[in-house]
Order: sequence, then C-alpha cells, then structure tokens
Amino acid sequence: MQTLSAARVNELRLKANDVRQGIIRSLVAAGSGHSAGPLDMADVFTALYGYLLRHDPANPEWTERDRLLLSCGHIAPVRYSAMANFGYFPVEELLTLRKFGSRLQGHPERVRLPAVETTSGPLGEGLAQGVGMALGAKMDHKDFHVWVVTSDAEHQCGLHWEAVMTGAKFALGNLTAIIDRNFIQIDGSTEEVMPLEPLADKYRAFNWEVLECDGNDMAAFIETAERALEVKNKPQVIVAKTLAGKGVSFMEGDYTWHGKPPNAQQADEALHELQAERERILAGA
Amino acid sequence: MRSVEGRPDAAAEAMHLVDYRAGDLKQVPTRNGMGEGLIEAGSRDRNVLGICADLSESTRFEGFKKAHPDQYIEIGVSEQMLVAMAGGLAAVGKIPWIASYAMFNPGRSWEQVRTIMALNETNVKIAGAHAGVSVGPDGATHQAIEDIAIMRVIPHMMVVVPCDAVQTKKAVLALSQAWGPTYLRFGRDKSPVFTTEQTPFTIGKAQTFREGGDVAIVACGILVYNGLIAADQLAREDGIEARVVNNHTIKPMDEDAIVDAARACGAIVTVEEHQKQGGMGSRVAEILAATHPAPIEFVGVDDRFGQSGDPAELIEYYGMGVDAIKAATRRAYARKRATG
Repeated sequence: MQTLSAARVNELRLKANDVRQGIIRSLVAAGSGHSAGPLDMADVFTALYGYLLRHDPANPEWTERDRLLLSCGHIAPVRYSAMANFGYFPVEELLTLRKFGSRLQGHPERVRLPAVETTSGPLGEGLAQGVGMALGAKMDHKDFHVWVVTSDAEHQCGLHWEAVMTGAKFALGNLTAIIDRNFIQIDGSTEEVMPLEPLADKYRAFNWEVLECDGNDMAAFIETAERALEVKNKPQVIVAKTLAGKGVSFMEGDYTWHGKPPNAQQADEALHELQAERERILAGA
Repeated sequence: MRSVEGRPDAAAEAMHLVDYRAGDLKQVPTRNGMGEGLIEAGSRDRNVLGICADLSESTRFEGFKKAHPDQYIEIGVSEQMLVAMAGGLAAVGKIPWIASYAMFNPGRSWEQVRTIMALNETNVKIAGAHAGVSVGPDGATHQAIEDIAIMRVIPHMMVVVPCDAVQTKKAVLALSQAWGPTYLRFGRDKSPVFTTEQTPFTIGKAQTFREGGDVAIVACGILVYNGLIAADQLAREDGIEARVVNNHTIKPMDEDAIVDAARACGAIVTVEEHQKQGGMGSRVAEILAATHPAPIEFVGVDDRFGQSGDPAELIEYYGMGVDAIKAATRRAYARKRATG
C-alpha cells in the first residue's frame, strides 16, 4: 500500500474539480443528460483513474490493465470527463457528448470507445459482466483487478443479485463493486420508490466483504478501496455514500437533477461555484 | 414438369445424404449433436467454455462437463446472468457457449442478448435447446416458437437452425470458429438423421437436398425431413417435382439461393417449427418481395401457443406434418399456374 500524502490528496481533489467542471461543460453543450450522479461520483472516478487503477491511457487495450466497468451507464459524463482529464482523449472532445458521430454516446459503447470496457445503460448488468471478466482472469491466472461502479437504484434489478450470488460462489477476490449510494433515483428517494436498506447487510448475507465510506472524501475513499484490495478470498463491495449533485449547491441532494442538464445560466453558476472551490483547495482548505 | 437439371436424387447424392426414404433411419435428437460438437470444440480450443443454468443434462452439456471440467461453469437458474457473465468472459478472450432452453435464453434474456452480445459485439454463443412444439409433454411454457423472430432482428447476430444431429455437430464446430454473437437453435426429441459426415456445411450457404423445377420447399431444422418426404409423395401422387432447400442459416440468409429457387421454380413453400410470423419464412418473403416476387405459402404455427402432447401429434396438430406441407405445396403450385 502506498502512503497517501496530504499533498497527493490535494492534487487529486483538484483533479476531481477539473472532472466536475468537465461534466458541467459537456452537459450544457449536449443539452440533455444526467447531472446529479456524475457530479457525486467525480471523487470516486478521480481516485480510480488517478490512484487506484493499473492502466495506461496511451494504450487503452493493454491486456493486463485493470478493468473498470460503469454499470449505470447514464452517469457516463463523469467517466468521460475523468478519462479526458487523465489523458485518454482531449478535453475538448467532451463537448461532443451525445452528439451525432461522437465517441461519447449518451450511454457508453465499447465498440466506439474501447476503454469503457462494455456497453451499458440498461441497468443491473454491469456487475454480471464484471463477474465474467474476473472469473476469466482467475481461470487464466491473470492478476488484473475488476472494478464495477453501480448505482444504488440498480440494486432493484434481479440480475444484479444473480451477479452478487455468482461472485460469491466463485470467491472472486479480484472483483470490487462500488455503490454510488446517493439515495436518489428518477422517481424520488430510493427508500420511497423501493427500499434498499439494509443494503450492506444484504451483501454480507451474500458472503461479500462489505466496506463503507464517504464517497466524496478523497482520502477516506482511497483508504477504504485499499483495504478492499487486501481481501483476496471473496468479492468486495464499497458502499460509497455520496451527495447527489455534489459540488453544485443548487443541485445537491435534489433528485430532480437526476436526469436533466443545467441550462447556460445554471452552468455558469455551477462553474463559478466549482472555480471558487478550486481556489479553496489551492489555498489549502 | 418443367426442365430440371438432373434427376431429383442427384442433389441428394451430391450432398451425400443417406436414403431418406428408407424406413430404418437412425433417430437422434439434435441436442446430441450439440453435446458432441461442444466436446470436440473444447478440445480444439481451450478457450471454448460451456456454461449452464441448471440444465446440463437435458441441453447435453454434461459430456462437456466430464470431458473438460476446467472449461465448464455452472451458475444455476439465472438466464440473464448466463448472457451477461458470458459477455464478460468473452471480453477477456473466452468463447463461451451458454446453454438453456430457448424459451429462457434468449426468451427471458433478450435485452441482455441485444445489448451485451450484439451491440457490444462479444463472441458469445447461445445454445438454444428445446425449441419448437416438439418439446412435447412440457407444454406451451417450454416450447419456444418465437425465438427465430426475436433473434433475427438483432444486428450482428448469426442464427443457425440445423436439420439433424450430424449437422448440429458441424454447426457447433463451425460457429465456435466463426467470430461473433451467435444463436444456434435445436430440439429435444429424436429426429431422423439423413445427412452424413461427408455432407458439406458452411454457415450462410443453403443446401439443395432435392432437385425439382415446379415449386421450391425451403425448410429449416428437423422439418427439412418432412419437406423431403412431402416432395417425394407429391412427385408420385401429383407429378409435381419440388426442389427442397435446407435453409439452415436464417441470418445471414443465403439470398442467392432463395432468389435462385424463386426464379427456377416460380413458387415457394417455407417450412419451420416456429410461428409463421417473423421467422425464417418471413425473411424469405422479405428477400423475394424486394427481388423476385413469387407466390409463397408458409408452413408453421399460425399465431397460436403450443400445448402438451407427443411431439409427432403436436407437429401434425399445428400444421407442420407431411400432409400439411403437401397441401401448402399444391396451393403454391396452383397459384403459380394461375398467375403464370
């Protein structure tokens, strides 16, 4: 385990701020798309691409790379922004999000952009594919790790739990799921639409290693993920509690921002807030 | 009879068929060909996997499990998982064959098939067992008769329906080597074996099993045999000489063979153990409507569900027996004469 210095954490927080600004710019240019989830997962994706993943942006199809699957494809703007900010493609390309001919489809497609690992959007399918990749790695004695980012609401899908069961059967220590636990979905609060709690206990009952943390606290998330990586005999899940719309005050905690983009004026306000946050990070706050 | 190149039997000889008129044909379920082919495919390439959702014996994956235990995976009753997990395995270089009854995979798992196999372009092979009403006593819940329709509309998907157990084995070997998402459809009940080791098989290449110039019977699956018997009886009883085409690849269909049959014979009968709506016959009609319109009669299940019964009586009851094929062929021939 590397030692995570305060300076390194601050660098990553700045990077997460870049990722959030990229999300806002791409969404306002697209004129449609999801805001809340991408913003609240900016810290997790920055931690993955900037610290946890074994990957090479110059060689996205490197066979030994860690696999990062995004199961909830609708939060693709955060993945695209993170990829651009970590060198997979120019940040200007973010402005093509959801436009005709773009590699940055409304929901990600592997055939158009190989580094996204799979095509996602229909919910509840990512962990199942991650189980397949992790099992394939195990059969071939490969040591890459498989990460799957899921939303909380897709735990309402039956297939997701088939995958949880299967991951435990094959004791896939090389598989880590991360839940974006923001408590919102399109129709409202997850606990009103279809209660998920006690979510962590459900995973424990399915024989997974369960870790919980604040998904918007860079140092805490990385420290939790590194503890997960030490578990070798069973799959792990990190319940990352996040604040929907994190970083933009008028979106935070408001489920109505699940599936809509900011308009031009709201985007200006959001970027202004994010810039102010950036200056606070630089000032050491 | 119009001009015919060669005797009716010349095609059967060229295709190395056994004498299908003989009363003592070997009867073997097509699923056995699935099992035998998979064992051999797994020996040829260690990346070939067999994955089951609790039906290893009846889908004939049990032999593979014994022969290649390290290449076998059991995941229990979870057909959506079957497809999604296979997509992940294929993404890291495996060639997974996934087995269930066609009614459950692709019946239950269609959206995963579309997104994870086809849109995502993964090299996953579906073994769709127990297709058709010839499943028999299990009844309508287990009789997939819509599966060709829902699979052939998916871009990139290969759809293959072999005519007997020997051809099913060849199809498994060919599809294991052909890159791309695949649906192989086969049945439960014993059916006549009339192709041989020498009979050629190429994905996407239809086969003429009987020559004839009056009408063409275009069939797939175990009903190709009924098509051949019907053609012979029609020749004796009515003097109608029917070409019989084994149209085993539904997608990509051999369009040249279909157009050639329409040009040479002027009327078509399609025969499949499937709903008339949306299946192999519908694809034949799409091709001919756009190229060489000709009278077409469709033999299949007519917008109904199946039920429990013996396979043979169900085939008869739902209008896919030899007599039904003969009647449809006479109708097609009469329509051709009326318009020609």
